[in-house]
Amino acid sequence: MRYAMAIDTKKCVGCSDCVVACQTENNIPHGYARDWISETVQGTYPGLHLEIRSERCNHCNNTPCVRTCPTGASHIIDGGIVKVTPEECIGCGACIESCPYDARYVHPEGYVDKCTFCDHRISNGQDPACVSVCPTHCMYFGDLDDPNSQVSKVIAVRNIKVLAPEAGTQPQIFYLV
Amino acid sequence: MGAGGLALATTPVLNWVPGFLKSDDEMPDDSKAKRYPTYCEVCFWQCAGWTYTKEVEGKEKIWKIVGNNDDPHSNGRFCPRGTGGVGQYEDEDRLKHPLIREEKDGKQTFREATWDEALDFIAKKMKYVAEKYSPSCVAMFTHGSGGKFFTTVLNAYGTNSVSAPSYAQCKGPRDVAFNETFGSVLGSPEPLDIRNTKCLVLIGSHLGENMHNGQVQEMSEAIDNGATIITVDPRFSTVASKSKYWLPIKPATDIALLLAWINVIIEEDLYDKPYIEKYAYGFEELKSYIVDKTPEWAYGITGIEPNVIRNTAREMGHASPAVIIHPGRHVTWYGDDTQRSRAIAILNAILGSWGRRGGFYNAEGLSMKSMPHPPFPELDHTWKDATLGKYKLGEAALASGICEASIPSPLRDCSYKAWIVNGTNLIKTIPNNKVVLEAIQNLELMVVIDTMPVDITGYADVVLPECTYLERYDEIRASKHRFPTLALRMPAAEPKYNSKPGWWIAKQLAEKLGLGQYVPYKNVEELLDWQLKKAGSSLEEMKKIGVKKLDREFDDLYFLNGEDYEFNTASGKIELFSNSFVAEGFDAFPKYTAHPEPQAGFYRLIYGRAPMHTFGRTSNNPNLHDLMPENKLWVNPKVAKEWGLKADQEIWLENQDGVVSTFPIKVRITERIRIDSVYMVHGFGHNNKQLTRAYANGACDSELITNVMLDPIMGGTGMRGNFVTFHSEKPIKKEA
Repeated sequence: MRYAMAIDTKKCVGCSDCVVACQTENNIPHGYARDWISETVQGTYPGLHLEIRSERCNHCNNTPCVRTCPTGASHIIDGGIVKVTPEECIGCGACIESCPYDARYVHPEGYVDKCTFCDHRISNGQDPACVSVCPTHCMYFGDLDDPNSQVSKVIAVRNIKVLAPEAGTQPQIFYLV
Repeated sequence: MGAGGLALATTPVLNWVPGFLKSDDEMPDDSKAKRYPTYCEVCFWQCAGWTYTKEVEGKEKIWKIVGNNDDPHSNGRFCPRGTGGVGQYEDEDRLKHPLIREEKDGKQTFREATWDEALDFIAKKMKYVAEKYSPSCVAMFTHGSGGKFFTTVLNAYGTNSVSAPSYAQCKGPRDVAFNETFGSVLGSPEPLDIRNTKCLVLIGSHLGENMHNGQVQEMSEAIDNGATIITVDPRFSTVASKSKYWLPIKPATDIALLLAWINVIIEEDLYDKPYIEKYAYGFEELKSYIVDKTPEWAYGITGIEPNVIRNTAREMGHASPAVIIHPGRHVTWYGDDTQRSRAIAILNAILGSWGRRGGFYNAEGLSMKSMPHPPFPELDHTWKDATLGKYKLGEAALASGICEASIPSPLRDCSYKAWIVNGTNLIKTIPNNKVVLEAIQNLELMVVIDTMPVDITGYADVVLPECTYLERYDEIRASKHRFPTLALRMPAAEPKYNSKPGWWIAKQLAEKLGLGQYVPYKNVEELLDWQLKKAGSSLEEMKKIGVKKLDREFDDLYFLNGEDYEFNTASGKIELFSNSFVAEGFDAFPKYTAHPEPQAGFYRLIYGRAPMHTFGRTSNNPNLHDLMPENKLWVNPKVAKEWGLKADQEIWLENQDGVVSTFPIKVRITERIRIDSVYMVHGFGHNNKQLTRAYANGACDSELITNVMLDPIMGGTGMRGNFVTFHSEKPIKKEA
């Protein structure tokens, strides 16, 4: 089993619903977020191109964050989900430094926090909060090992890209372009 | 984090309660959580959903809000504002107690009062106004669900002057235009069959930034289905970036483009001939009117090349009748807005999109019955008297007109003497707030009923704190859509502080005015259950399901092939030529008129929406403030270079009338805006310090809109004829 997400930049309007849904679902303190919106503008008026992306932890195959963690708080669970155990985390920030996606932050209670793919929802057969709320249905979640999963199907037929491929982390968030 | 303007910075924590949830074992499970039906009050799309609660230290606490799968407004998915609606409940800056203005040592202050005291004060003043002037001299402004309860009380008291800024400041022109053309106002949600369309044309309508949930969802479906999107906007909006064609039009020239499109569609025989023959009135007149409105003519005005105008017109023609020229929503731009909306209606008509799959469907809804009560009293005056007989084609009271009619004038025999303001911040919603402020000075009483302390609250004689939508019952949402639905809003928590639901406030006030017989129910549950039973449900059922779909009883969703149909217009047909406009002295067909352009050193002020905010009412919501704490001024890089502006530099804006923004605004340098215009999101620059998050964050566009271009047909307040220049330091205010 290999969980992954595909996000359609042709449909995302950058509304940030994914951000606020994650914040309420997971009780993220105000001022912090596990996911966020980025946009890139290219060209000059009126020959313009705009790409909007919902970004978060890439739940990489090759995880510098787990490697650099001195206590083992950062770890990988079934399906390749990268998690942090708050009780084991000392808040040293090594993982934050090593992450090419800036996907982690220090929670005000002193531990490092990040996207969990809402594994508490996945185990109930639900999509992550961000995916389930998206008004444009631009996010797909599922098991890459299952060719019939939504995420496998959409990746098979669309052009895809990943962020910071040069970092060699083998990220598992795919952007449909 | 990300490079874009929307990226979240890690800012200090303000109001976080630690220890709420942390380890995995404590993560709640949706299937075990309690949930209560609601429909959203953060905007007016009114999506229906569920408020989930969970237990924290033995107490039930509101957790999250998600969409109801049976709801056609939301299809089970809320927008960021609806999802962040929890913040409205949690906001610690909320109005907490009834307040009465008093003078102490020569200073005006508010003192906390009991509900009884505050309501007695209001009832006494209202009785005084009724005796000294007339009950018809009381007006209400409302923009919220509780308004219906207050309207009943005011009708019983003897006035019908109830207005919403959503008419003359927003969608009024298009409602008049569509009513005169098709015999139907569009209402909300607009009956657009976007999910089945082959071609969607947006003119200044920035879907995706304006987060009208169902429409954004259907647009996404249309993208999946390969529909062509054509966006006309001086700004490279989000949806412009998703469009096959973006037409970066010169602002204020849309009518020329629309006429050229009509020209091409008629000249190239792309219109729906059988449909026009069967249903339309005045085609030959239109054809001769349009003959010289060529793409070459429009090019000189709009800056859009003739071949682009032709190609986009052909796209519409080939998609016909599955094509939608979106009627827009906030359309009060240049004062000729009813005529621009008429051009949009006519274009839709010749493409045969009204009543067709992929165009405009026939919406069906139902209305809830009122409990029997005595007839309302005769009115001394109506809201129509306020505008001195002007705007005969308008169908609703003008909020701006009532403001003007509150300033005593020898021209009218009645000026308004008291206002009840429910859920609308008139200082920000009505342009040229000098008039609003002068009107307020002339009132005997102003009552503000709201959840938040906003600008208008500071001017009130009495402030009544309404509880948020998550803490109250409201009227049933009985909405028009592809099929009629009922939706229930019920409380998921007790009202915080000393706030009360609107229905309770209205009922108390009615009783204190001796009008108890008009609110003949013990409590709102009794009323709702009675109404629901008349509509084929019950309160008990609705508490379980939240949304009930009902069967269509009247028309089909679309016209049947060749079906006879009588439109609700004078001719019974779609009126391409408008006799009613001619009768009132207006043009039968829309005419392009040139509008003022910015002088050297000035830029046209364009404003719009952000997906995570609704006007100014969400800027203090802790969840939504987090997503977008302030607005920024979009400036083209060439303009920025000329002025030496740097990214995120704070500047003050001064408009053509010498009005300077109260607060500075940060500069966002971006290619996405024309060099003759600047852009900002509406709803920021709050000037009430009690809004601890929103105060002084960003600038307020409304205060810079002092040139109001009045629509002669229905009194709409055109707001896009204002121009601003930049100051890197706050200019010293000139004496007027």
